[in-house]
Amino acid sequence: MRPLLASAWTEWLIALRFLLDNRMQTLLILFGITVGSAVIVFITALITGLQENVIERTLGTQAHIRILPLDEFNRLAPLPDDAVSLVLESPRAQRLRSISNWQDVVAVLDQHPRLPAVSPVVSGPALALSGVARASVALIGMDPERYERIIPVSDDLIAGAFRVGAGHAVIGSELAGDLGLDVGDKLRLDGGDGREAVVDIAGIFELGVRELDARYVYLDLKQAQTLLALPGGVTVIDTRVDEIFAADELARRIERLTGLQAESWMQTNGQLLNALTSQSMTTEMIRVFVGISVAFGIASVLAVSVVQRTREIGILRAMGSPRGQILRVFLLQGGLLGLIGSGIGGAVGWGLVQIFNIFGPGLFWVPVEPALVPVAMLIATLAGVLAAAVPARRAARYDPAVAIRYV
Amino acid sequence: MSDEVLRLQGIGKTFNQGTPLESTVLRDIDLRLGRGELTALIGPSGSGKSTLLNLIGLLDVPSAGELYLQGRPTRDSDDTTRTHLRNQALGFVFQFHHLISAFSVLENVLMPLIIRSGRPSADAVELARSLLREVGLEDLADKKPTEISGGQQQRVAIARALITRPPLLLADEPTGNLDSKTAASVFELFRRINEQFGCSILVVTHDPRLAASCPRTVQLVDGRIVSDELNKPPSG
Repeated sequence: MRPLLASAWTEWLIALRFLLDNRMQTLLILFGITVGSAVIVFITALITGLQENVIERTLGTQAHIRILPLDEFNRLAPLPDDAVSLVLESPRAQRLRSISNWQDVVAVLDQHPRLPAVSPVVSGPALALSGVARASVALIGMDPERYERIIPVSDDLIAGAFRVGAGHAVIGSELAGDLGLDVGDKLRLDGGDGREAVVDIAGIFELGVRELDARYVYLDLKQAQTLLALPGGVTVIDTRVDEIFAADELARRIERLTGLQAESWMQTNGQLLNALTSQSMTTEMIRVFVGISVAFGIASVLAVSVVQRTREIGILRAMGSPRGQILRVFLLQGGLLGLIGSGIGGAVGWGLVQIFNIFGPGLFWVPVEPALVPVAMLIATLAGVLAAAVPARRAARYDPAVAIRYV
Repeated sequence: MSDEVLRLQGIGKTFNQGTPLESTVLRDIDLRLGRGELTALIGPSGSGKSTLLNLIGLLDVPSAGELYLQGRPTRDSDDTTRTHLRNQALGFVFQFHHLISAFSVLENVLMPLIIRSGRPSADAVELARSLLREVGLEDLADKKPTEISGGQQQRVAIARALITRPPLLLADEPTGNLDSKTAASVFELFRRINEQFGCSILVVTHDPRLAASCPRTVQLVDGRIVSDELNKPPSG
């Protein structure tokens, strides 16, 4: 048995020399692999970055899971056994109502290991009045400390502070513009049925979503409860989950746990998710096809090389090179081409991403995951070895007596 | 230990056996080569010289008979064993030099050792250099095969065949594509190597004058040995 290491040394030497000897061929295929892997790295980073960005922006202004009271429905009186009833039913209007026992629900959810943030919120419609201007708004009553762990409003403040309670409110920039308000000004809120309050504007935020910036008025729980005639109640419990794509599954679990309605962001943003999934599929297809054409490129270059080197393979075999050694020489060439090509391609792809970040439209920053390039290189190397399998087997099977006389 | 390097016993070779294209190239060949013998194998084209050499070189398997290399039967040995024997016991020189273009002259000479045991030792490199000196090409050690002449390439191939100190050196028309002067000098080299290293050499050639310069000549016609005679040592 020949020592493994010695044989490996020989195979490395021959593989490297064969690649260096066919310099033009090697350079051309390396160029192909480089372009292919640069495209794969760039497009992966770009799409991953884009999707993360879109999701982050979407989830930056909404809870991952919203827990709501069950809808109200009509109850029918039980019928005698032999009776048939024909019912014409109009659905009930869903009045604003509190989650019963919400303190207990919050306490239970606080213990849940996969919900890092839980925030009870009371929200409902109201009118905002300032001088002669009026606007319909959504009152959001919450505990700022809990709420900010779900939507960090402080990060989006453009004036003042995120301070509620003691007659303070925080409003959106659109609303402030419509009503001509600034920090320190007073705003009258009308919850209907004569429930009114005058609050001081403590801060103005801009979440970047027009609808929210025009409608949200943040208050503390107590004041909102009073204005919405829900003393001590909350209408929704917002939560954040540890893994955003597990939101749907967690929502179902929370429904079973609490008997309430749980709506995940994935349900409410169905179209967005659909778009992201289609985009991922498209990217995946591009990657697979680029990968396949690169692999075929490697395979064809090596197939040509095997034919060109028929006589040399024959002489190596005649001099006592075992079949396995010839096989590995060509597998190694495939692997080396994949490794080197994807190494350069990875660097080029990384560079393209940085160029995009610096000189591109600048809408968002594309990060390159540290594992992306090494993983791409690993896959390219394996693909190179696989692509080399057919030509390498052919080389190893040459009959030396025939191969030597090949012209 | 016997002085016999090679013994062929009733060797036959038939191609495409059992098909309409069946053709018998070699019949009933008996041949012995002793240690240190320099033998020329001659015969017209198509007489089976190359086939016989392929069989002796363990590149092909005989259809009949048995081939003993250093006293060991080889017919039933597997590919791994034959490959190993080719590396250990045989040296090849072909009509077209068959150097590997990706390696330097020195590396080509070292190739059988590199195949056998990886990175060559300093001793091995020294041996390769001395063999190159022997064939008169010491100065060309770092050239690529494409940068030297045909005669020089054939000398490199001879040096390569000798690097493993094989008991048997096989040469298939080594001077086939060389001019007569260069051919004569290559044969001269064979004689010198034969004397110096004591290895048996079997040379296939077309050229009767070159054959006559070898101590022994075996003639093959239509797949049979028709003559096997000792020549007078060259005068002078």
